[in-house]
Amino acid sequence: MATNSGRRRKVHGMLKLYYGLDEEGKISEKSQSLDPCDINGPHFDPELYLNKLRRECSLAELMDQETCMVKQIRSLDSDMQTLVYENYNKFISATDTIRKMKNDFKKMEDEMDCLSANMAAITDFSANISGTLQDQHAQITKLSAVHTLLRKLQFLFELPARLNKCLELKAYAQAVSFHRRARCVLQQYSHLPSFKGIQDDCHAIMDMLAQELRQRFRDGGTSAKDLSECVELLLQLDEPAEELCDKFLSHARSRLEADLSLPSPTPNTDILEFIDRGCNEFVSSLCLVIASYQELFISHAQTGELASKNIPQMANRKLHVFVDDLAAQYFSLVERRIQEEKGVSDNSLLVRALDRFHRRLQAVSKLLPSSTVPNQGTEIVIRAATERVKQYLAALQSFYMDSLTDVRQALAAPRLSVAGGTGLPELLSILSASILNQIKSVLASVHLFTAKDITFSNKPYFKGEFCSQGVRESLVVNFIKFVCQSSRQFCESAGDKGGSTPPALLLLLSRLCLDFETSTISYILTLTDEQFLVQHHSPVTPVTILCTEAREAAQKLLNHYVKVQGLNISQMLRKSVETRDWVNTIEPRNVRAVMKRVVEDATSIDVQVGLLYEEGVRKPHSSDSSKRTFSVYSSSRQPVRYAASYTPSAPMDTNLLSNIHKLFSERIDIFSSVEFNKVSVMTGIIKISLKTFLECVRLRTFGRYGLQQIQVDCHYLQMYLWRFVSDENLVHFLLDEIVGSCAHRCLDPSPMEQSVIEVICERG
Amino acid sequence: MYSVLWEPMGDGKRVISLADNQALLWDLQESPTKATVSSTATLEGKGQLKFTSGKWSPHHNCSQLATANDTAIRGWDLRTMSQIYCVENAHGQLVRDLDFNPNRQYYLASCGDDCKVKFWDVRNVQEPVKTLEEHSHWVWSVRYNQSHDQLVLTASSDSRLILSNMVSISSEPFGHMVDDEELSEGEDNPQEEKVKEPLKDSVVSTYEEHEDSVYAAEWSSADPWLFASLSYDGRLVINRVPRALKYRILL
Repeated sequence: MATNSGRRRKVHGMLKLYYGLDEEGKISEKSQSLDPCDINGPHFDPELYLNKLRRECSLAELMDQETCMVKQIRSLDSDMQTLVYENYNKFISATDTIRKMKNDFKKMEDEMDCLSANMAAITDFSANISGTLQDQHAQITKLSAVHTLLRKLQFLFELPARLNKCLELKAYAQAVSFHRRARCVLQQYSHLPSFKGIQDDCHAIMDMLAQELRQRFRDGGTSAKDLSECVELLLQLDEPAEELCDKFLSHARSRLEADLSLPSPTPNTDILEFIDRGCNEFVSSLCLVIASYQELFISHAQTGELASKNIPQMANRKLHVFVDDLAAQYFSLVERRIQEEKGVSDNSLLVRALDRFHRRLQAVSKLLPSSTVPNQGTEIVIRAATERVKQYLAALQSFYMDSLTDVRQALAAPRLSVAGGTGLPELLSILSASILNQIKSVLASVHLFTAKDITFSNKPYFKGEFCSQGVRESLVVNFIKFVCQSSRQFCESAGDKGGSTPPALLLLLSRLCLDFETSTISYILTLTDEQFLVQHHSPVTPVTILCTEAREAAQKLLNHYVKVQGLNISQMLRKSVETRDWVNTIEPRNVRAVMKRVVEDATSIDVQVGLLYEEGVRKPHSSDSSKRTFSVYSSSRQPVRYAASYTPSAPMDTNLLSNIHKLFSERIDIFSSVEFNKVSVMTGIIKISLKTFLECVRLRTFGRYGLQQIQVDCHYLQMYLWRFVSDENLVHFLLDEIVGSCAHRCLDPSPMEQSVIEVICERG
Repeated sequence: MYSVLWEPMGDGKRVISLADNQALLWDLQESPTKATVSSTATLEGKGQLKFTSGKWSPHHNCSQLATANDTAIRGWDLRTMSQIYCVENAHGQLVRDLDFNPNRQYYLASCGDDCKVKFWDVRNVQEPVKTLEEHSHWVWSVRYNQSHDQLVLTASSDSRLILSNMVSISSEPFGHMVDDEELSEGEDNPQEEKVKEPLKDSVVSTYEEHEDSVYAAEWSSADPWLFASLSYDGRLVINRVPRALKYRILL
């Protein structure tokens, strides 16, 4: 058992040694030890080992060694078994393969033997044959040569008859090939009378043949294939190539022109259909003609006996001229049709038609690389695209004007309550939303021109200039400019001619332009830039310029609105001052109706503006604003009251005092630019109205009660108008001025008591 | 009665007065203390039409008168007392003042309550030749400088007085042209063509010394570069044309 285990260990050890592995699986360098007691060594001797163990180790150690060995044995066993099980199949197949190899080698050996036997037989036979035929070899060759010569002669003699038959059967190609074969020989031996006779006959027949071919050629033939056949044969018959080219081209031209003339009479066809028909008929026939022409005259001519005649260049030239001419005719037709295409509702049809047109023309360029036809086609597409963009611009503009008309109608219609649908903010939002939507849809339609699946979208024009100049500049920027410009026109035209632009429209437009400036313009332009990646470096209008323009337009509109509304109120005040007899009026009992009307109008304007604009900043007012008295007036008027006589110095005092007061108060700018908030707008309007009132008052003469009536009116105005303006001192100042001027113009200035005025105002 | 106008040329024997809707031509020839009405012109039309201002044209032998009523300007021939021309809707609102260009026969300036000053050629009254919109309230008076008619003075109730240089419609649109004879004969230099660009119309300056509405402005008849303006508070301000402009016009 010990020897067994030792042997097994030897196997395992040999395995390990063989693979150079130790327990961790690493390959280790183990030197071969010569020790016979080394279990893993190659010179292991079990007897010596056991003796050594018995001598050296104690019982416990022996036991340990034994268990250890048993363990190792077991593990080795299991290792070996697993190895065998795993590689079982491989062992079997290895044995099979070896068996097969043995068999195959056996077979090959047999075949080789057979082969060598056959080779020996063949050598014997061949030696036999060459021996027998040696003598007749030369005779046989001579005979076969004579035989071929006779055959050729026979062919020649039969040639005329054969040619005639071919002529009858209309097998022209065959005839020509026959003739060609014989031509050189006949030429060479034409001095022999028999040959001459044959040659003459053949010539006559070939002439007839050529005539027939020419006839067929002239007649146009039934198809391009026939035509090309004729041409080929004629070329082989030495016809002058130029004539053939010309005739061929003229035939093709007449056919193609027939194609061209068909589409024009029907004007109502879809553009896609039109282009389709044109492409399918004309362009494909043109391509066919080009291809066959090239094959016949250019590529064929480069081989064979015609190569020396310089045909290709001449043919090429003619071809180019021909193609250009016909293409020009076709293009003019196409352009005319495209120009008729006016409707902007659906762009996709036009784009698809142009795409097909362009794609088909590429086929021509493939056939004729140096032709200008595809470029012209691209030009046509470009022109169509620009035209389309212009049409879209016009459509956008008319849409805008239409929406403005709608807004005007909505404003003119009896207005429902503010909560209803025709309030100003709703109208504004509807208008701006519809404009934005329209722009987006137009951009989407135009975007079709640059879609990825369109063949011409890769041309440099469409990638660059179309996007930046065509779309961004001509369409979007121009439209925005148009909006600003038309808004400005509302300011100008409505002025002198008594135009009927409702003030609400002016307000709406100014708010629209302001919104454009703050958000809409940059949004639209970013959208455009995203959709049409602008790569061109031509100058584009920056967003800031457009925004400034929009802001200017908004400012102008707002100024005009203020003017118009101010004018309305001023007219009322003016009429009221001019048409009344101020000298003989009675004591005032109540506030005049005009003033109440003015306050009502001011309130309604305030509400209207408040719908669209923010409140704005106001100077903080003092608590007793509505109860303020006319301090300047009363202080300056005091001396006059107590003066017994109306001395000339008294007016000077009052003047001096009032002037000094004016020096220290701020001057009022009547028509200054208004800001974009409600308070500023109202201030402007009220300034205009009060100034008018002032000027009118200065032109009339007042009696005592006239002055008192003005006092009452001004107090009433002061009670209500202060809350609309940004700085209430403004209103006070102007009203003071009014009363002061009135006092100057008064024949008998005796102002009313303040308390009485207040009572009247509160009652009225 | 709105105003009294003396005949611009001649020996001061004729006077026109405008009153309500009538223009009366008075003749002072017979005796120094009495005046007789030689002819009248009446404004026909609906409603109560009133003349608001008028001016005797210094051209055409003093035979023309221009008047304003409401928003229309009318021209009258004094020999027949009939209307020659009518500029409808000259201004959006009332026309306040008129003035004739002393050096150009057919040119007329008007100002009104729409804050604009308009220049008209009376041969084509459809459209003004030029419009100025420098003021921010009613323009009460417009005056041409009598010798250099490119200088126009306008006074307005926004307390401003504006002096404008209306070169393009004046009688010297290209500035002062030197006559060929005035060049000395001794010069050997070849005479060059003085091609100048037409100067641009501009506002020369704005005078804001007044605190209240300026109602009247006039040029001095003694010194063509001096002018005066009067405002509501009784302040009279006398100013000069800026020197730079004066030298540019003269030289």
